[in-house]
Amino acid sequence: MSQARIPGPLLALAAAGLLLFLVPLAALIVRAPWDQVGPELVAPETTTALGLSLFCSLSATALALILGVPLALLLSRTTGTVRAVLRALTTLPMVLPPVVGGVALLLAFGRRGLAGAPLYTAFGIQIPFSTAAAVIAETFVAMPFLVIAVEGGLRALDHRYEESARALGAGAWKVFARVTLPLLRPAIFSGAVLCWARALGEFGATITFAGNLPGRTQTVPLAVYVALETKPEGAIVLSLILLAVSLAILVGLRDRWLGA
Amino acid sequence: MSLHAEVVVRRNGFALDVRLDVDEGETVAVLGPNGAGKTTLLRALAGLIAIEGRVELDGEVLDDSKAGRHVPTERRRVGLVFQDHVLFPHMSVLHNVAFGLRGDSMRKARDWLGRAGLLEMADRMPGELSGGQAQRVALIRTLATQPRLLLLDEPLSALDVSVRAETRRELSRRLAAFEGVRILVTHDPLEAIALADRLVVMEQGKVVQQGTPADVTARPRSRFVADLAGVNLLRGRAHHDHVELDGGGTLAAPDAGEGEVLAVIHPRAVALYLARPEGTPRNVWRATAEELDLQGDRVRVRLGGTVPLVAEVTPGAVRDLHLDRGAEVWAAVKATEISVYRA
Repeated sequence: MSQARIPGPLLALAAAGLLLFLVPLAALIVRAPWDQVGPELVAPETTTALGLSLFCSLSATALALILGVPLALLLSRTTGTVRAVLRALTTLPMVLPPVVGGVALLLAFGRRGLAGAPLYTAFGIQIPFSTAAAVIAETFVAMPFLVIAVEGGLRALDHRYEESARALGAGAWKVFARVTLPLLRPAIFSGAVLCWARALGEFGATITFAGNLPGRTQTVPLAVYVALETKPEGAIVLSLILLAVSLAILVGLRDRWLGA
Repeated sequence: MSLHAEVVVRRNGFALDVRLDVDEGETVAVLGPNGAGKTTLLRALAGLIAIEGRVELDGEVLDDSKAGRHVPTERRRVGLVFQDHVLFPHMSVLHNVAFGLRGDSMRKARDWLGRAGLLEMADRMPGELSGGQAQRVALIRTLATQPRLLLLDEPLSALDVSVRAETRRELSRRLAAFEGVRILVTHDPLEAIALADRLVVMEQGKVVQQGTPADVTARPRSRFVADLAGVNLLRGRAHHDHVELDGGGTLAAPDAGEGEVLAVIHPRAVALYLARPEGTPRNVWRATAEELDLQGDRVRVRLGGTVPLVAEVTPGAVRDLHLDRGAEVWAAVKATEISVYRA
């Protein structure tokens, strides 16, 4: 049995679509100032932005793990309207324009914000335009990827493992720690990697909520944006690094996530 | 130690309504077709689903919907063994067995594995075991927690035929040594008869028959049990010396009594002839051979006609009668070969 032939015009459109992906990537590689990659990599602006990006994205991933796994568990145990509302709430940041997320964060945690004002008056804590703000912005945008992956893993889990554990006398905490969590490891791993990748590339929410302060909130995507005006070759080198990381994630997760 | 349970579960149009009493040292096999509610009953007794009704084990009330009492699974001291072992895949055999144990759990787990002759598997992962080995470990893991109620859900049906007999013998030994209440869910009559003291037959959420394996198979009360026992079951209304069958036709049977009855005819008591037989048999019907099935040294012939029956004949008889699908024959049953009892 052979499949139906794809009509010529559709084939041409598909090719155009592929080119839309391919040409910019090729341009990035072709136009890269390869002789300057070495010096640019060790330039202080680059290493600072890279270090900050690494710190913020890993912190955001850790925060997403701590908050997101329990959230996924809650999602998987609820039904009906409650579940629909919770799901909508957790997936909203995936479709919300990141800039809007940044504005919302500012209104919530800004000095005059809903939660920010009491924080400031009571403890003198100011979140916006700090490294913490960059971490929060990245968590806000990236955590849904983890929650969705872990919830999918929970739904695919054979619940008789948990039932067996209970029948063997294990209480709720022991069931979670010794049975559910270890069985979820593949889902948690791929969710964390996707979450980290999203956090690493975060731009809109970060620049809105955390600003663009070199050494404090200027992560690699922000540095790329700034450098494009002043030092294009630096922007290209930083872009190449992000591209390399993305490719590595794609290849690394190929079997786990994108295949099958 | 004994179990007294009245379990009502309603959901999605299905209703389970069962009363079950099991004495100490008794093994009860719950039999029934798919969808009869057997597994739901086990899950209810294990406390995994909410019920209406009351469950009392060893004098302790585990469930009482009227009093709002529900003891969660982990505090019931019930043992649950599933069809496919459900060993934790990320733990070694030893850690699986130690999971439910308290205080020096590793040494105790080793002892249990040693007594079961499974010690050499202690460090293996469940994925490295054969189906039979994994199920034996699963049973030990459950028995090691010394439950008061042992619930076995089709414990052998996922195993290869080659290891099933051996595992059944071991299970039988372990059940005999286990002191709590034992309930086994199965759809395999051989498993039920080999392991159980009493059969409880469920259909559509209700208990339709119970008794010793011999009683149940001698006097089936439903098509399901009749099929298990491999006998013909006919339903009708008795009038002293004959039975008007519900499906049409009449069955001559001495001392049939009066009222709604069931009649059992063993397939070997059904004789087949090419021409209408002369003489004694009073129950003679025209029939069409619909299906022939060789079983051991006998051939089971499914007959269509006024009275649908299964006959068991020798391969020689098949040849002599030129039996084939669609062949027209006469079926005869001696009145004395029919067992009639109240429906």
